[in-house]
Amino acid sequence: MTVATETTTGAVPPPSEEDVIVVNKMNKWYGNFHVLKDIDLTVRKGERIVICGPSGSGKSTLIRTLNRLETYQSGEVTVNDILLGDDVKNIEAVRRDVCMVFQHFNLFPHMTVLENLTLAPIWVRKMPKKEANDLAMHYLERVRIAEQAHKFPGQLSGGQQQRVAIARSLCMQPKIMLFDEPTSALDPEMVKEVLDVMVELAKEGMTMLCVTHEMGFAKEVADRVIFMDAGQIVEMAGPKEFFDNPKSDRTKLFLSQILSH
Amino acid sequence: MSENAKLPPLPVGTFVERAVTWSRKNLFDGWFNTLLTIGSIAFLLWLIPPLIQWGIVNATLAPTIEGCAEVTGACWGFVNANLRLILFGTYPYEEQWRPLLAMIVLMGIICASLGGVKYPSVRKWIIPMWVVGVPIIAILMWGGVLGLTYVQNSYWGGLPLTLILSAIGIIFAFPFGLLLALGRQSNMPAIRTASVVYIEIIRGVPLITVLFMASVMFPLFLPDGVSIDKLLRAQIGIILFTAAYLAEVFRGGLQAVPRGQFEAGDSLALSYWQSMRLIILPQALRLVIPPTVNSFISMLKDTTLVVIIGLFDFLGTVKLALRSDPAWTKYYVEGYAFAAAIFFLICFSMAKYSAYLEKELRKGEQR
Repeated sequence: MTVATETTTGAVPPPSEEDVIVVNKMNKWYGNFHVLKDIDLTVRKGERIVICGPSGSGKSTLIRTLNRLETYQSGEVTVNDILLGDDVKNIEAVRRDVCMVFQHFNLFPHMTVLENLTLAPIWVRKMPKKEANDLAMHYLERVRIAEQAHKFPGQLSGGQQQRVAIARSLCMQPKIMLFDEPTSALDPEMVKEVLDVMVELAKEGMTMLCVTHEMGFAKEVADRVIFMDAGQIVEMAGPKEFFDNPKSDRTKLFLSQILSH
Repeated sequence: MSENAKLPPLPVGTFVERAVTWSRKNLFDGWFNTLLTIGSIAFLLWLIPPLIQWGIVNATLAPTIEGCAEVTGACWGFVNANLRLILFGTYPYEEQWRPLLAMIVLMGIICASLGGVKYPSVRKWIIPMWVVGVPIIAILMWGGVLGLTYVQNSYWGGLPLTLILSAIGIIFAFPFGLLLALGRQSNMPAIRTASVVYIEIIRGVPLITVLFMASVMFPLFLPDGVSIDKLLRAQIGIILFTAAYLAEVFRGGLQAVPRGQFEAGDSLALSYWQSMRLIILPQALRLVIPPTVNSFISMLKDTTLVVIIGLFDFLGTVKLALRSDPAWTKYYVEGYAFAAAIFFLICFSMAKYSAYLEKELRKGEQR
């Protein structure tokens, strides 16, 4: 899966033909409010998708239905050929392979960085503690933060915390990673260190769905960019076409707003 | 010179000069504080010397009514003469070493558990300690085996009874309260409704009523020939009552844990109980240490209410001693002061421990 490369841009491996996420005519309401409208989306293994759109457009809600942090009322969501419905066994099976990185990191403040990372491998994967520690240190080194292993999350900067959160997800050795605005809560000078880690992941062939406004990231690694507005997928295209030649007026307006400054 | 500049400035002047500066800043800072300081000093001058006169200088420890009649101060002789009755109540005199030993075992386990929580090597022995310790205490108190004579629990009393009711009450009310708090937040309507109804009914009723129901009404509903021990009924009443209060304390803690923590647990594929045990409860319970200990302290003091259903707890035995001889009756101030001092000692220790625990748990996590 890994493709050796020396260049920094565009050198992402092409996705395979295998579908890992299939969303079919999915609808979701909060009371009377129709949050997601007839969503159709198919994601192939190794594909990197960036989802953008104005706030309240349902983009976070959409990726949160993919690991059942949110329910839906009609349609179907299938992940790794497992139907996500009310079945708890199915939900836990999907969650073992799909990890999420949150806007506010959501690290466990009462545990050290290392304990944060080894918790799920030990309790969900039933991994021996020593092996889990080795795995955790391996991923902490990957996100270049190994020296902080025995600190508590509250002692780290925002960028460091988000990298720990990414490493925590990687420790579950997921097949799919969901990023819910991973850089939105960070100070500007810390955005790059987190994006660098995400770009590396993309280049290793991780299947990623990322809600973000970092258009540079989208241009560099995305296979497809999705624009959402008012609960609908308005536009979906490869990054070149999406940025150079958007079809819908709403997309054009949105792009002009976020790219103008 | 530059070396010296880094050192903090030494306090200037003599001790007296510094004391004057300190009190100007802390005691006589503005007319309102000056008034408060003078008022407090006057109050203490009015209170303390007579109290020392009464309680120590003019007091006696002589354990006879005649000895007490001779002094103008406190008659600690009353406590001295009736100490074993006050401590152990109506437990057979010859066998009173048993409740004493039981009490020592209980205090030993409690102290080892509270002090050992910090050390993983001790922590794993806490539950085994209780599993072994509680039967030992039961055997000591009841007897009937190992050559110990059987002592019905209606003869139990005094400090051991108070401590046993409180310790067992805390041990069972804690998990039950936790389940109620989780039940109240459950997604399952039946469980949620049952928890809410239980909590609201029990909270809406005074403990006295619960104890009366347990002792008077409850047996009426049992079939003939079946009876549940009075002490056990009181103990269950205390547990059920305290659990309802603890449930609300724990619910406050659960609500204070950010939603993101639940979501992080979910997204890592942890099950509900794993998330609760490993992520949510350690944070929630830490937040509610002060109100939890508050509930325990008030429960400990509430155990004195068992006197109304005919059990003699520590306060009850003081009354028993006062009534044991009409000549002692007028020394009730000394009796109650002694009881108050013991209760204060226990409750204050609990408060101190909770403060220590909070500080201990916060270590290392601070930014």
